[in-house]
Amino acid sequence: MAIVVAPKKDVSINPLKSSAPLGAALAYLGIDGAVPLLHGAQGCASFALTLTVRHFKEDMPLQTTGIGEVETVLGGAENLEEALVNVAARMQPAFIGIASTALMETRGEDFAADLAAILRRRRELDRTAVVMAATPDYAGALEEGWSRAVTAIMESLVVPGERRGRAARQVNVLAGVHQTAADIDALKATIAAFGLVPVVLPDLSGSLDGHVNEAFSPTTSGGTALADIADLGEALATIAIGEHMRPAAEALEGLTGVPSRLFASLTGLEPADALIAHLSKLSGQEAPPEIKRQRSQLLDAMLDCHFFLGGRRIAIAADPDLLTAMAFFLAGLGAKIVTAVTTSSHSPLLASLPCEEVVVGDLMDLEERAGAAGAEMIVTHSHGRQAAERLGVKHLRMGFPIFDRLGVQHRTSLGYAGTRQLLYEVANMFLADIGEARPEDFAAAEVPAVTLQEGRHAGATFAAG
Amino acid sequence: MGENLKAKVAELFNEPGCATNQAKSEAERKKGCARRLTPGAAAGGCAFDGAKIALQPITDAVHLVHGPLACEGNAWDGRNVASSGPKTYRLGMTTDMSELDIVMGHGEKRLWGAIQEALARYRPPAIFVYETCVPAMIGDDIDAVCKHASEKLGTPCIPVHAPGFAGSKNLGNKLAGEALLEHVIGTVEPDRTGPTDIAILGEFNLSGELWQVKPLLEKLGIRVLASITGDARYREVASAHRARVTMVSCSAAFINLARKMQERWGIPYFEGSFYGISDTSEALRTLARMLVERGAPADLGERAEALIEAEEARAWRRIEPYRAALAGKRVLLYTGGVKSWSIVSALQEIGMVVVATSVRKSTEGDKARITDLMEDPQMVGAVPAREMYQRLKRGEADILLSGGKSQFSALKAKVPWLDINQERHQAYAGYDGMANLVAELARSLTNPVWEDVRRPAPWEAAGEKAAEIAPAPLPQSA
Repeated sequence: MAIVVAPKKDVSINPLKSSAPLGAALAYLGIDGAVPLLHGAQGCASFALTLTVRHFKEDMPLQTTGIGEVETVLGGAENLEEALVNVAARMQPAFIGIASTALMETRGEDFAADLAAILRRRRELDRTAVVMAATPDYAGALEEGWSRAVTAIMESLVVPGERRGRAARQVNVLAGVHQTAADIDALKATIAAFGLVPVVLPDLSGSLDGHVNEAFSPTTSGGTALADIADLGEALATIAIGEHMRPAAEALEGLTGVPSRLFASLTGLEPADALIAHLSKLSGQEAPPEIKRQRSQLLDAMLDCHFFLGGRRIAIAADPDLLTAMAFFLAGLGAKIVTAVTTSSHSPLLASLPCEEVVVGDLMDLEERAGAAGAEMIVTHSHGRQAAERLGVKHLRMGFPIFDRLGVQHRTSLGYAGTRQLLYEVANMFLADIGEARPEDFAAAEVPAVTLQEGRHAGATFAAG
Repeated sequence: MGENLKAKVAELFNEPGCATNQAKSEAERKKGCARRLTPGAAAGGCAFDGAKIALQPITDAVHLVHGPLACEGNAWDGRNVASSGPKTYRLGMTTDMSELDIVMGHGEKRLWGAIQEALARYRPPAIFVYETCVPAMIGDDIDAVCKHASEKLGTPCIPVHAPGFAGSKNLGNKLAGEALLEHVIGTVEPDRTGPTDIAILGEFNLSGELWQVKPLLEKLGIRVLASITGDARYREVASAHRARVTMVSCSAAFINLARKMQERWGIPYFEGSFYGISDTSEALRTLARMLVERGAPADLGERAEALIEAEEARAWRRIEPYRAALAGKRVLLYTGGVKSWSIVSALQEIGMVVVATSVRKSTEGDKARITDLMEDPQMVGAVPAREMYQRLKRGEADILLSGGKSQFSALKAKVPWLDINQERHQAYAGYDGMANLVAELARSLTNPVWEDVRRPAPWEAAGEKAAEIAPAPLPQSA
């Protein structure tokens, strides 16, 4: 159990957060034929674009309404209209996802009414689905922005009502912002292995998996199809990943009556077991042989790797759901979570994390606390590199952005196979410099204080919802 | 936007030192350079971005961004500008304004607290405080907070007024120059001065490029009194007014600053470039001449010529081995800030064919020089991503040299690409830099990966017998 604290200070040093509009833009990028549109000054989009390109090593069709001085004073509705019309004409997207920014939210306009009027007036937008989410930068971070965008998509594009056929085999997946393209691929394969038909929203595995097309595409190519979004109500069930997907899951359930189940995490043996048990129940089928084999491989990996993780002191800084997943996973292998830093206190799960304290803060909070606690590894995104360097500790890159490693969209940490892969990665980092023993490691060494951890974490929290 | 900022922007748009402006008619000049963005069809950074880029290389200062998260949170530690000492500049510092700060009008209080905390923690020689859109809109008085903080805390706090909505990145560069002029330059006297002290403006030490040039200057006994702002220390920048000559390396960013330094302290300036062999030589020559005119030893010119001769010969010796790999290869040059002609001449000298060069940000003078250099100068303006992709896919060039934005137009068309813009991790300045660029070009063009990725997939070679796998070529014995 942990207490959640937010130290009082006026300066944030080395932000852990990426902004909410960026999170919304990422969610929109998981839709086929999409163009995200940031409603704000050109810099709002430009910074988000640059950072996203650094992470994915892909071009992004991100656009801006280009608010200038005049619009800051007089209002941005005209720019919004012009931007929608220009994007539709130039890029012919199937979908435009609008994310507002701090600049526009501070001005405080009635965006919904403006947008409705624009869509009524401009017939050239008839063939483009347009969705808007309120995502001021001053409230929340990546997870909130992503979640709000997905919820807005639900509310605008899903055909409401209970429409489930008797032969329904469809399972909706509401993916969290911390899932990679490879995570989603793995999840789809797992669901399909039970004879079920997965529909994932947002689906970055099609759009941001890094691929070479034969022709130029001004919008995303791949991602959730609009028709599939409309038909989410035809599913047998919905699986949501991470607390931040709860609002979207509830919205979908409210609209369509499709029952949803929220998994706080799918990383680790127990969470993966929970997923497989759930899929078994939904499909009425026992787990197929390849899934059973994956579980046995994970068991073997856990047995081989636990030597290198047991007792290790690890500090984590991540958005709440990624932090939750990583903390339980690493603690479950005997590591001690000496520091946990996160971006918001919204998740009720934070208080149940296997550490003493969860700090709502920045990477300087991580650095100072990890240093004081003698952490051997920090787990955070690439911006943690300065802290890792100063502390002289290992740095497992997790989260967004990861700009100093390649192929990040193809790393997985989900299900039996993904957990196995992540586990080997972590264990190898410790194994890599296990070093040779020196005399001073023994006789001359200080006697460390030994505290014993509780052996088992609270698994019940994983089955929330 | 406050009246002060408005006046400042109008004045910058009327910059007499700006070549683009000089070429304009009186009526055009009055309109200024502010172009309204096309919503939904705009690219590029904002004024805040430009101001931050221009000042952040001051390595020992704290750079504090007053605004909601995104301005710093999505942007920090993004540019590969190097420091030979302090690392304070690499920290990402922001007031991370919350909804409460904005609604309750606590922005100024928060900023004051943030300045105190930053100062207590890092003891920097100065704090640059960047204004962003939201505090500008709600009217936080950043000047008052900075003035109060400077007096109370005894450390200069410099307000930088460049909210994103004010305009482009380039305008932001210029507004940063204004902040230096207003609050920094001239506030510190250097420990010593000499007849060969210079200031370099607009060289940001990307990937360490300043260090490719500085040794050349040192060989001539020329001291960089102030680098603005590559690998800079605050006190150096503040004492730039004692320089004898100013070289403006990126005129788009800091021409206003150079001209005003001349106006205020009588320091003559010239525009020069350290990109390309002949340009580097020209810059050294001009520096030497201007310094002599201002009282440097008369033999400086001769020594410069001797150095130029030796360095040029050395550079060509380094470049020569690549001629075979590069001769006849077609380059599409698509640059923004870097002077195109300066690279064109270098590429041509090693036998490459420049099929087109962009002149998006070039002045009329730049264009004239390109016309002189190229037999059939194909000058292009802004090329949309789709068109760039198609040109490359059609095989119009063997390699694209550009900034990061067009990277994927080339790669997805399976065409080599070399980054010559500000995000790059290679240093291309001075004689060494040009040799480095040529080596990189060869490394890229001769990579076997291009042939490999262009081979059709097995299912595309329909009707043909499946190709036998060729045995891997054996290494050549010596």
